[in-house]
Formats: sequence, C-alpha cells, structure tokens
Amino acid sequence: MHDTSVHAAQHQAPTGFIRKHVFSLDHKVIGKQYYALALAAALIGMALSWIMRIHLGWGNAAIPGLQTLSPNGAPGGVVTPEYYLQLMTMHGTIMVFFVLTTAPFAAFGNYFLPIQVGAEDMPFPRFNMMSFWVTFTAFLVLISSFFVGDGPTLGGWTQYAPLNAIGSSTGPGQGLGVVLWATSIALFCIGQLLGSLNFITTTLDLRVKGLSLMRLPISAWAWFITSCMGLTAFSVLMPACILVILDHVAGTSFFVASGLVVNDQLVPHSGGSTLLWQHLFWFFGHPEVYIAIVPGIGIVSHILMANMRKPMLSQRVLIYCMGALAVLSYIVYGHHMFVSGMNPVSSLAFSFPTLVITIPATITVLIWVFSLYGSRLRINSASLFALGFISMFVSGGVSGFFLAQPSIDIMLHATYFVVGHFHMVMGVAAMFGIFAGTYFWFPKMAGRMMNETLGKVHFWLSFVGAYCIFMPFHYLGLVGNIRRYATFTDDFLQPLIPVHRLITVAALITGFAQLIFVYNLIHSRFWGKPAPDNPWEATSLEWSTATPPPWNNFGGNHPVVYHDPYQYGVESSVGDYVMQASPEQVKTDHDEK
Amino acid sequence: MAKFFAITIAVITILSAIPILMHTWEAPPDISTHGHLIDEQMSETMAEAGIAFVAAQLLLALFVWQFSNRGKETKLKNFPGGAKALVIAALLVVGIEVLALGVFGVKAWAGQYLTPPAADAMPIQVQAGQFAFYFRYPGPDGKFGALHPERINEGSQEFFGLDKEHDVESRDDIVTAEMAIPVNKEVHLLMHAKDVGHSFFVRELRVQQDFVPGLDVSLHFTATKIGRYEIVCTQLCGLGHYNMKAYLDVLSQDDFNEWLKKQAAQQ
Repeated sequence: MHDTSVHAAQHQAPTGFIRKHVFSLDHKVIGKQYYALALAAALIGMALSWIMRIHLGWGNAAIPGLQTLSPNGAPGGVVTPEYYLQLMTMHGTIMVFFVLTTAPFAAFGNYFLPIQVGAEDMPFPRFNMMSFWVTFTAFLVLISSFFVGDGPTLGGWTQYAPLNAIGSSTGPGQGLGVVLWATSIALFCIGQLLGSLNFITTTLDLRVKGLSLMRLPISAWAWFITSCMGLTAFSVLMPACILVILDHVAGTSFFVASGLVVNDQLVPHSGGSTLLWQHLFWFFGHPEVYIAIVPGIGIVSHILMANMRKPMLSQRVLIYCMGALAVLSYIVYGHHMFVSGMNPVSSLAFSFPTLVITIPATITVLIWVFSLYGSRLRINSASLFALGFISMFVSGGVSGFFLAQPSIDIMLHATYFVVGHFHMVMGVAAMFGIFAGTYFWFPKMAGRMMNETLGKVHFWLSFVGAYCIFMPFHYLGLVGNIRRYATFTDDFLQPLIPVHRLITVAALITGFAQLIFVYNLIHSRFWGKPAPDNPWEATSLEWSTATPPPWNNFGGNHPVVYHDPYQYGVESSVGDYVMQASPEQVKTDHDEK
Repeated sequence: MAKFFAITIAVITILSAIPILMHTWEAPPDISTHGHLIDEQMSETMAEAGIAFVAAQLLLALFVWQFSNRGKETKLKNFPGGAKALVIAALLVVGIEVLALGVFGVKAWAGQYLTPPAADAMPIQVQAGQFAFYFRYPGPDGKFGALHPERINEGSQEFFGLDKEHDVESRDDIVTAEMAIPVNKEVHLLMHAKDVGHSFFVRELRVQQDFVPGLDVSLHFTATKIGRYEIVCTQLCGLGHYNMKAYLDVLSQDDFNEWLKKQAAQQ
C-alpha cells in the first residue's frame, strides 16, 4: 500500500520544447511517443503485408513505385522470392515488437499506469525516457536494413539458426541484414527491460492511500503482470541476439554446427548448436505472445465494465487467470518445436501444459461472456472493439487446441493454419485491444472526443475483414498450404491460389479501413469535440483528474482511494457509479474491501 | 447496432463452420500405417474445438442482443451461478477435454516417434540442402559409406561427399534426386542437413520432420498405397525455399527393384 520509502520522481513542470515534447521525462508524453511509434510501425508493417498479399495472389503483378524503393528486390515492380521473404521478415518483426508490444503495453501502460495508481510519475523517469529513445533507435536500426547492403534479413521474425549465423553466403540480407536485425532486437529488449522495471516499481510502491493491490484496476494488473513477463523474457532474448551478432562479427560458433557446406565451401564454424537458438528464442517467444495479449485482456475488461455498467462476475478470478497465463507461458514454449528434432518425449512434456493453458483462457472468456448477462451494455466504438476482441480471442484460441498436440502438429506445423491462429489471437485480437483502448482513452489523452460514426465504420470493416482474411488461413492450413512460400509452384498448392486472391482483396479493403482510423485520430486530435473530464462515467483514477491531465497528473493533490475500481450499477449522487476516489458510501451488492 | 453485431457474429460463426462440416478443405487421404491415429485425433479435436467455438460465439451474440442499450430503469442482474460455477464448469469440461486429448494424443505421437523402426526396415538416407533433397540407398552391401562434407561438390554431382576411391562401403551407394520406396515396406529415413535447417513433409504420409544441421534425425513409416506424392520443405531455408521439393514414388516391390537397378546403373 502507500509506502513512504519510494516516491515518484519529483520533477518540476517542464519548460522548453525539447524537454516538453522530445526528451520528456513525463510518462504521459512518453506514452504518447510510444503510441506514435507504434502507429508509424503499424502503417509500415501493414503496407508490407499489402505487397506480400498482392504478390501471393498475382505473382507477376508489377507494383507501381516498388522498383524505386528496391531496384534489386523488385525489378520492374515485380517482387522476387528473396524480396518476398525480406518483406515478410520485416512485417513480422515490426508487428510483433514495435506494434503489439509497444502499443498495448508500453504506450497505454506508460500513460495510464501511474495515473491509475494515483502517482505523479514513475519512479525512474530518466530510465523511462531512455526506454523510449532506445526503442526508437531500435526501430531506426531495423528500418535501415532496407537501405544498406543487400537488404533486410530473409530469415523470418523467428530467425532460425543456423541461417541466422552463417553469413551472407546463405542468402541476401543474411550478413549485414541479420546483424542489424539482432542489434535492433537487442536494443528493443533493453528498452523494454527499462520499461518493465519502472512498471513493476510503480505498481508495487507508488499506490496512493487506500489503493490495495486488489483495488487496482484490471488494466493496471495486466500491465504489472506483463512487465513481470517482460523482465524475464526480454532478458533471455537480448543475450541470444548478442550471441548471433558475435557469430557474425567475432568468429564464434554459438549456433553453427560442424561440417556444414554452403556453395560447396565448408563453413568455417564448428561446435555450435542449432536447437540452442530455438530454445532461447521460444523461451522468450511464447511469453511474448502473452506480453502482446495480456494488456489487451486487461484493457478490454476495463472498458467493458464501464460500458456494461456493472463489474465483472469476478475481477479476482480474471487476475488469477492472467497470472496463470503468465506463469504457464514459460513452460509451454516447446510446442513451437514439436517436429524440430527435439527429443520426442519433450514434445509430450510441453504438450500437456499447452493444453492446460486453455483452462485459464476459457475461464477468462466465460467470465467476460457471462458478465454481459444482465448488464446494460452501451454500444460505442470502444465497446464494439472490446466485444470484437472477445470474438477474435475465441476464434484464435480454439485453434490452439490443435497446435498444442504434437501428433496433429505433424500435419499443421509450418502451414497457414499456424499463421491464421497467431494472427487472430495475438495479431487481430491485440489490435482490437489497442483500438478499444484508443477510442476509450483518447478523450483523456487528447482532450477531445473521437468521431463515433467513423469509429463504427472502422469497426465493421475491420471485424468482418479480419474474419475474411484469417478464417480462410485456417482452411488453407488444413489442406497443407505451407507458410513462407514466395510463390505456390507445387501441384497441390496451385489450386489454392484463388483462395489467396480472395484473401488479398479482403486484406486490401481491411487495410483501407485502417486509414479511416488514422484520419479519425488525426482529425479528432485537432478538431474533435472538446472532451469532458469523465465522458464515459467511469470510475477509476484517470477519470478523476482534468482532461488532459496536468503534467503532475492530479495538480499536486494526492487522491485517496475509497472503493474497488468498478463500482457500477449503484445509486450515488452522480449517477449509477461511484468514483474510486469519492468518499461517498453507497449500498452495493458486490465486494468492498 | 447491438442486434446487428449479434447477427454478424452468428452469420460469421455459421459460415466458418460450413466448410468444416462439408469437408471442403482437408488433407488428402492417408497412405500410411500410422496416419489414421493422427486423423482420428484431428477429427476429435475438430469436434471439441468446433463446439467450443460455436457455443462461445453464439452466447456472446445472444447476450449482446439481449442486454445492450437497456435504459437506466432496467434492473441489473448477475448470472445466477456466479463466477464460481463458471470456474468449476471450465475446470471440469475443459480439464477433462484436454486430459482426454492429451492422453489419446500420446498414442498417435508415440506410434511414430517413440517406437523404434523394425529391424528389417529399409534404410534410406536423405540430405537436405539449399534448395534440393538428395537420397542415398546403401546398395547390395546394406551399408552406407562415410560422409566427407569437405568433398561435397555439386558441380561434379558429388552431393554427399563420398570417397569412393578409399571407402569400399560407399562404392555401391546409390544417390538419387527422387525418392522411391516399395509399398507396404517400412522405411527408416536417416535425415541430415547440408547447410541450414530444412524440413521433410509429405502430407499423404502424415510425416513432417525438421532437418537439424549438426544432428542426425531419423523417421520411420510404411506407405500403403502406390502413387506419386510431393515431398516439400517446410522450414524456411532461404530464397529458394518455395521451390525446394522432390517426388516420392511408392512402387510395388518389383517396380521398386527395377527402379533401383536402373538408378544403380546410372551411378
């Protein structure tokens, strides 16, 4: 609870443009910087996916302007197989790291975690500033690989060894491209470690009076649990990336085995382990899936309660479920490696916890769905995206039943079934969490409302579009359509090309819908209707302060918390809710601490 | 808007389920002795995951339809069973489901991966390299000659790096670019990678296994139907990954003997 030994950093109101907007120490500015970075990254990642989709549907199509961007990768605007793989690698890396980790965790977490605990800032604002600028540098390093040498690495976002370690003889981008990739990701890890440190300390030490852990909003819990995962997962990936760099520049052989031959030349490495990389990568990689989705679980629960006008059936159970997902995420990672050549007994050992993880996920969905029962659900852009999140989480989740089993994985591994699964559950669902968070919190962040009509158009196109894209991915996978193929030349894949064309059309339309969102975001930022302090009649601390909040969040006051975070459906002097920071006592039929 | 949302979810759910129920898209028929266990496991999982998918989406649609945009005068209600009932239901239903899938799945996995090949299984070596598979049969002596990676030279068709001059065992080895096997005869596949990671996937045979540079990996299976099938690489191995394939011919024993004789003559 309120601890006098640690304080939020005391800094004065910033003056000057640089301190205010560039190298800011204010967690809110840093949160917005993370959001802007994620938005730019998402647009780039999406543009890359458009090029890939057009190429998969119409392999000989010349894409206007592409030759200018990459004369070697797309001569005459037609994508070469290697350029396809480079685009794919960059799409995956940008989306997983710089969008799905950055937006729900670093952006919203930075902005709202300190406010939701009632703090003036985080305890280490300089680390916080550094965390953003290191992440930003990481992004620049990654993007720079488009413009140097023979382009970005083509090894996929998973960068399997020893393709990632032998060097440029194994393909375009496999020399400098890999080094830049590994440098970027190692930097990214540093940024997230600094961020996680701040998040954990903020949650544990900076809660205001009356704010016990169980009174924390569920979104704050989600960021806290995510930062605990981040601290352990990124601290494994960072050294792994450093080892890859050493294999390239220092002649080491961490990931290259003896006796390999490339272009009839014996590779001058020996004694490394191919599978070591996979263990290190997936020990990070599976928790990373939850790093992307757990903030969404928290954000969506938070938003749904404000819109249902009643609390969830049990906030405590939801928190335990998020905790269970986090803990289990470390012992399920081997399901990515069932057919990797790992000991087949290990595959069974990794299969059981993977199946078990469906239990907390199922409980979470049941709590959401059955909490809607008997509510007074308000439909707006934020709640629509939150409901869409649940639908996507279910659709992407059930395919996990298949991929958790090694015997079935024999047929589905490395097919579009896997691509459909993770795009739905950690791609689309996490993006819907980001959109829900944006429509919900934008008024607080920008002081203006977003356009609801455009928001709803954005939702409908995205929701139906995402199903049209990713449901057929599953069907393709059932047939055995292999992923990461630049062109489908196999006899059994050619009949599937019409399905790919349909998916491409759906992807272009759904992508267009995202431009509506960007327009809405920018237009509303400057010309939106001014927002009141609490437009959604919500209860947690971010709605108790001015809109937008002053630099020290509560204008120098320290709020005191009197209630659970979700006192909806009560009769109080302001309506059917009681603010967490309001001393008013009302009759309630749900838990009060 | 809420009702429209509910209808949309219901329509998406039904449309998603139709191709599964109609078997529009599925793997080709199994041609292996072990594959039926995988197919059964797949069907059971499809049924369980399908029911969970349809039930969850329709409940979501139903509750959104029923409980949205109700005025302030309407009374809030809680689901009668509360969270405890949901947790117990999830623990019981999903718990039993995953336990059953897990336990039955062990059988399907163990059949292929935890049982050794029969002593008389036919050994075939397969080497994966950017961007081709090569196969080696041991010849009449039944023994593979040693590999010498430093001797590999694709220009002179020395794909495996054999030393036929000094190594007697390698002299009768038969190296091919296509794979042929006799029907109803167990094959013991000895897999190694020349350069980076690759994978060996034959849908009809219900086998998929990565090649691991630096490790010898093995796989065994029996094909039960004569025919021509595609072997494809499923592990991203570089720019020619999409084009890395070979054909597998499952032949009668006589045809296989004939084929092997012809290959031996071409060495």
